[in-house]
Amino acid sequence: MLSRIAESLFWIGRYIERSDGTARILDVHLQLLLEDPWIEEDTACRLLLSVMGTEAPDDTEVTRTDVLEFLALDRDQPASIAFSLNAARENARRAREVVSTELWEALNTTRARMPHRVASDKVHEFFTWARERSALAIGIMESSASRDETWRFFNLGRALERADMTARLLATRSLSEASGPSWTTILRSVGAYEAYLRTYRGMPSALHAAEFLLLDRLFPRSIIYSLSRAEEYMRELEPRSDRVGVGDSAQRLLGQIRSELEYRSIADIIEDLPQHMDDVQAATSAASEAIRSRYFPANDVSQWVGERT
Amino acid sequence: MADLFEGYGATSRTRRRIEPWDEMFGDISSPHGSRVRAPYREIHTALAQMTQDELRGRTEALASSYLAQGVTFDFAGEERPFPLDAVPRVIPQAEWAEVESGVQQRVLALEKFLSDVYGEQRAVADGVIPARLISSSSHFHRQAAGVVSANGVRIQVSGIDLIRDEHGAWRVLEDNVRVPSGVSYVISNRRVMAQTLPELFTALRVRPVGDYPQKLLNALRAAAPAGVEDPVAVVLTPGVYNSAYFEHALLARLMGVELVEGRDLFCSGGRVYMRTTAGPSRVDVIYKRVDDEFIDPLQFRADSMLGSPGLMLAARLGNVTIANAVGNGVADDKLVYTYLPDLIRYYLSEEPILPNVDTWRLEDPGALEEVLDRLDELVVKPVDGSGGKGLVVGPDATRAELDTLAAQLRKDPRGWIAQPVVQLSTIPTLVDDGMRPRHADLRPFAVNDGNEVWVLPGGLTRVAMPEGQLVVNSSQGGGSKDTWVVGHEPLRTAYHDVGNLVEDQATVTEAITIIRPEDLERERERVRNRTRDQVVPDAPQQIQPQQQQQQDEGEQPIPPAGAARITARLDEGSEPC
Repeated sequence: MLSRIAESLFWIGRYIERSDGTARILDVHLQLLLEDPWIEEDTACRLLLSVMGTEAPDDTEVTRTDVLEFLALDRDQPASIAFSLNAARENARRAREVVSTELWEALNTTRARMPHRVASDKVHEFFTWARERSALAIGIMESSASRDETWRFFNLGRALERADMTARLLATRSLSEASGPSWTTILRSVGAYEAYLRTYRGMPSALHAAEFLLLDRLFPRSIIYSLSRAEEYMRELEPRSDRVGVGDSAQRLLGQIRSELEYRSIADIIEDLPQHMDDVQAATSAASEAIRSRYFPANDVSQWVGERT
Repeated sequence: MADLFEGYGATSRTRRRIEPWDEMFGDISSPHGSRVRAPYREIHTALAQMTQDELRGRTEALASSYLAQGVTFDFAGEERPFPLDAVPRVIPQAEWAEVESGVQQRVLALEKFLSDVYGEQRAVADGVIPARLISSSSHFHRQAAGVVSANGVRIQVSGIDLIRDEHGAWRVLEDNVRVPSGVSYVISNRRVMAQTLPELFTALRVRPVGDYPQKLLNALRAAAPAGVEDPVAVVLTPGVYNSAYFEHALLARLMGVELVEGRDLFCSGGRVYMRTTAGPSRVDVIYKRVDDEFIDPLQFRADSMLGSPGLMLAARLGNVTIANAVGNGVADDKLVYTYLPDLIRYYLSEEPILPNVDTWRLEDPGALEEVLDRLDELVVKPVDGSGGKGLVVGPDATRAELDTLAAQLRKDPRGWIAQPVVQLSTIPTLVDDGMRPRHADLRPFAVNDGNEVWVLPGGLTRVAMPEGQLVVNSSQGGGSKDTWVVGHEPLRTAYHDVGNLVEDQATVTEAITIIRPEDLERERERVRNRTRDQVVPDAPQQIQPQQQQQQDEGEQPIPPAGAARITARLDEGSEPC
């Protein structure tokens, strides 16, 4: 497969997962801002923006509407849902001959229907729509893609992005002790609440909930699960028969962060959750960089200069 | 009940001296029942049962389907669906056979011409075409001399633009043997029409167009370097920002080959490779959708980033085949076009089946003076302009424009040709006012695999949307129509009738140069009188189309001279999407 195409597929996976994760995080937090009268809107919004990797101008008060604008609707903000949808579609366009027509039409239609503004009573509906569109795209891949490199690069992108998004979501828990979303809310937002209840049979406690989203080996949104999947796809991309160690630097990075989480006690992690979540994000982005240089070598455009006499 | 065709003939045509040929109605002023031409009868009946609103609803469905599929073009920064009109163009099989053989003949002649130009130049030595004309063509590339593909084919894909003049006769408007585009719209138009207007299809046997990608792939693989067992073909695109990117992606997908950009390729040791996740991978055939000037910075434009340095060397060494061949543009030169009838006679010893539009070569003695005198009634085109670029329609131009043009013609008579204004045929088209006649042309596509020139049944019909507009141009909202070749009889009975075949081959033994219908009849008489089983086994095939042409001309009066323009080429520059 062409490196350029592989890169596009990797990013389609990442952007689909990113729009889904962003929609989930925003859904929880915007609702929270409404419900909690004691929350300080400006601070909470700024913290949320910084967790999502963007910043608001210093001179103005940041409101709920701004957050919606920055992280959902603004097509020029790299952290926004609109940006992700557009980027997924552009990547699919570049890999048009490999991406199935069904997936292309799903991504293309999603981008075309992305609203420019959302009425305040329709906000939740909008996030539901964004989640459903991601589910549709992933479902199309799941049900019709051959399990070849196309599929692996797509899912590798998704797995990395998912680990990253869950880390961000967990980091929002500690935005401000009193006003952060409750564990119930967080579990709900990633669709993990029922699964959690079945697993732990009881009311959410901080420890258990964090453990579930961080370390559960079976729940598909947990960080450990996502990291393991990413490692697995990478092994499939390049099967090794060596007896010694791991040669690929991306695999090494992922393995390190996974072991670090897996073999640390949960109480330890919770104590300094933001720091650990930062580490996860740093590891995923370093792994992404390593994958890029391994599989998608920059085809430096060489420019030829005519002879000068 | 409001008739769909109400007010169809009400178009004001004050300026027009000659009525254009309307493809649906024999008499445009009474668009009802009896005067509907035979090929359109079923379509007319089906459409007549619809109201205008209903048809508009279907047209919107066509558009929204194109929007979802991404069959769009950029219009002032906004994405618009590629315009497709709901009324198809119908060409009966018998008529198509003539177009088909005309296109085949033309492509064969162009093949011979191009291999001659980049080879021995016999035609120049024999005085058929001046050497100066070839060397002064802006698309003649010396770098391409001597680069020959394994099966000798240079024009894997061609688009010969045709029009119908005021008498309904087909004429060739221009040849496109560089990178003719538009075939993806033929394929996608058919698909979306079948989904949206199925009832139109039921009454007719429409010949399918879905074979094209397979034919193209076969032609590409047939041209692969000798000795390669399972040749790897790729489509080379300039990238996503190219207006024809949709087409490149569609063809690559339907052929199941890689779509590469210049930066995905690299040349090493005289061979071409693409960069894949598993390392370099050999490429044998490149279907080139990049202009010649950009293909190889070592040979052409040094600043090009769309090609790959070393491609031409690899092609010259015979390690890779570039299709269509580099340098084909010389055949697209509009001054070369005027020599095509002579070239057909010279190379094929046949009479041209499809006539050209009458054209003045301004370098001929007296021609420039005549053209300058009559500038306000002619169409003047630059020889290397594509997509109607630089074209001036005399009757529509202002005095000042004509004066500037006259100065340009005097300065560079080699750079221009002049043609009389031809009223292109009209077809009913749904516009804001309702159903109205609009001018249209046709681009049939031909694929040459070295054994056979296959002509896609149908082709791209482009429509000029503004009333009376003779230039189909994307910037002026050029539309398209699905083009249907239909027939109720089994295909090509006339060709394979055994009796005719025997006679055809038998007559070859005689040294006949020109056969008039009466001669032919006499000849047949004579043949019949001989023993019926006298068959010449290896008779040359050329005589067959020649005879058919003669017969056709016997049935149809040869149309008086007069014809021309001219629709936007879909190639470089002015594509509608």
